[in-house]
Amino acid sequence: MAVVEKPGSGSDLSTIINDERYRAIFYQILVFGIVGWVFYSLVDNTLTNMANQGKAAGFDFLLGTAGFSIAWTPLDYKPDDSYLFVYWVGIVNTLLISGIAIVLTTILGFVVGILRLSKNWLISQMAAWYVEVLRNTPLLLQIIFWYLGAFANLPRPKQSIELLGIDWLVLNNRGLYFPNAEFGDLFWMTAIAFVIGIAGAIWLNRKATERQLATGVYEPTLVKTLGAIVGFPLVVFLVTGMPLSWELPVLKGFNYQGGTFILPAMCSVLVALVIYHSSFVAEMVRAGILSVSHGQTEAAYSLGIKPSWTMRLVIIPQAMRAIIPPMISLWMNVVKNSSLAIAIGFPDLVSVFMQTSLNQSGHAIEIVAMVMLFYMTVSLTISGCLNIYNKKIQLRER
Amino acid sequence: MKKLSLLGLGAGLLAALSFTAEPAVAESTLDIVKKRGHLRCQIGTPAPGFYNLKSDGTWVGSDVSVCRAVAAAIFGDPNKVEFQSVTSTVRFTALANGESDMLSRTATWTLFRDTQLGLNFTATNFYDGQGFMVPKDSGIKSSLELKGATVCVLTGTTTELNLTDYSRTNNLDIQPVVFQDTNVRNETYLKGGCDAITNDKSGLASNKAGFPDPGAHTILPETISKEPLAPAVRKGDGQWYDIVRWTVFALIAAEEMGITQANVDDMAKNPPSPEVARMLGVEGELHKGLGLDKSWAHWIVKSVGNYGEIYGKYMGDKSPDGIGIARAGSQNDLWTRGGLMYAPPFR
Repeated sequence: MAVVEKPGSGSDLSTIINDERYRAIFYQILVFGIVGWVFYSLVDNTLTNMANQGKAAGFDFLLGTAGFSIAWTPLDYKPDDSYLFVYWVGIVNTLLISGIAIVLTTILGFVVGILRLSKNWLISQMAAWYVEVLRNTPLLLQIIFWYLGAFANLPRPKQSIELLGIDWLVLNNRGLYFPNAEFGDLFWMTAIAFVIGIAGAIWLNRKATERQLATGVYEPTLVKTLGAIVGFPLVVFLVTGMPLSWELPVLKGFNYQGGTFILPAMCSVLVALVIYHSSFVAEMVRAGILSVSHGQTEAAYSLGIKPSWTMRLVIIPQAMRAIIPPMISLWMNVVKNSSLAIAIGFPDLVSVFMQTSLNQSGHAIEIVAMVMLFYMTVSLTISGCLNIYNKKIQLRER
Repeated sequence: MKKLSLLGLGAGLLAALSFTAEPAVAESTLDIVKKRGHLRCQIGTPAPGFYNLKSDGTWVGSDVSVCRAVAAAIFGDPNKVEFQSVTSTVRFTALANGESDMLSRTATWTLFRDTQLGLNFTATNFYDGQGFMVPKDSGIKSSLELKGATVCVLTGTTTELNLTDYSRTNNLDIQPVVFQDTNVRNETYLKGGCDAITNDKSGLASNKAGFPDPGAHTILPETISKEPLAPAVRKGDGQWYDIVRWTVFALIAAEEMGITQANVDDMAKNPPSPEVARMLGVEGELHKGLGLDKSWAHWIVKSVGNYGEIYGKYMGDKSPDGIGIARAGSQNDLWTRGGLMYAPPFR
């Protein structure tokens, strides 16, 4: 900096200029101002350019009728709903598929990662091949492979495969069909019983841990837990007179009608997302476990803790510290990669909103911005939640 | 301090970038194209009929011929074209942003597109309509039999909306399966993943021609929508709009007047009628308003032939390259033979 330090000059201005804190604030305001101005001029430019090109701008179109149908959604969408509702349908479909994919990916990844560290040569080699083959081919390729190579080759509706020989659980190239639950009047009591059951199970397990900490007596809680979560709601269900009926899928005309179904495209995307990302999780888990010093295992063994407990109670909790940070970005990737589903016709957010709605309404900039906003919100939420969890399990150094 | 100044530099660069994004001073499209030395024309991804790639890498097809005709009108050379092969999703944005000079890509002319996307449609060069294709062995004879059927459809087109409208009007409860990629859609259909494909009928004919056994599929008779396909240009340059519009008209008028690729030179030497003479630039000053050379129409026909010749080569059922859409008596025949192809007079 050009300002030369003049010791003892006493001037207020030079104190302020030379003060690190004020300088920092000044630069921060400056940078913030520039960034804000750049952002403003980008938006302003876009609007001006659009006006010059004679394009309509604004979000009014969201309330207009969409007019097209969507192949699959758990929501009650009809073609005369608005574009805003299409946005919501897309969000729900994307969240649903990526949510399921994240859970399955994490479980499968953990299993493969632990298997890869197995002392059994065959098992560890199989896990290694799994990881290396799946991690090193593009995801889009795998999605199309699972679709065209597997699920699209299922038989046509009239030659449907009846799973387990049951005629209301069928698989064909239009999807997997299963009965649709129709809840009766008193079903809410069963639902409440289920929630109470879960709370009870948590309480029981906590009690058991406390007792073990106090007395050292270990007591298995599996039966009690199952009783609370499954048994109690079942009793309530039976007592209230089984308020639940099933709507069965029946072959009618071209295809099965009634019941619920999952598109083959959805199965393909799920399988591809889970298998592809689980290979990454496996590597993270392996790296995490290897990062825990072998001394921990030896110490656990010397205390007489059996191997399966050593893994569960000693190694994995410590490994989590190394696993969580990369896991954050992986989960975000699962959500973002689910947009590749469009290649095989699964109606996710990108497909229904950024393709069909964009084409029909022509509001490219607004729609792309809305889709970006969604992915950003989801990613930041995942990152935020896992960061909180990560802080909780980090080593507390005093 | 080093870190801060770097940050400042970055911000400065960004600011500079946003300045260059300011709209440029309007220069006529014709001048820009002439200065550049070639035309930028948007077409689709390869599909028989409209725009297809030959093994030597040259583009052929009816929509491609319109691009070449415009290049010929400006430069006298049908090869002074840079073809931009784009998907249907980005086509209008790319044209409105100025990445290309014109769009000749089976785009349906609708009120909404004509007024709210920053572009203008010029003149219809193919009258199309949406239909359905089913496997022959399904025994389906009419699209009204498609109750509860699963239908494969491409995204980013008007077809999705038409399909839903048709299904709602006739209570057909059709399940759409939407694809982005033609190949994946075709593969799904061929494996029985959907009972029918819906698309513009010309597109269906084009797809059918590419199937391993074209004879095993049939296009149902119903036409469920109006799809006038027309080249489009960016809004705001009237002269450029006229050039593309009248290039299409010149192709149609040439057929009407009997001018062909083979006889155009003789016709120009020996015009059989005053209108031929005016069109080929032998008489009058018709080219002035377009800002083109007086031989513009001569060059067009010399380079790509007239409308009927282009249709016969790429769309018709007579030539081996054609996708087999019969023309006689259809909407795409000349008005003198009962069709809708009609060019305003050249005078």
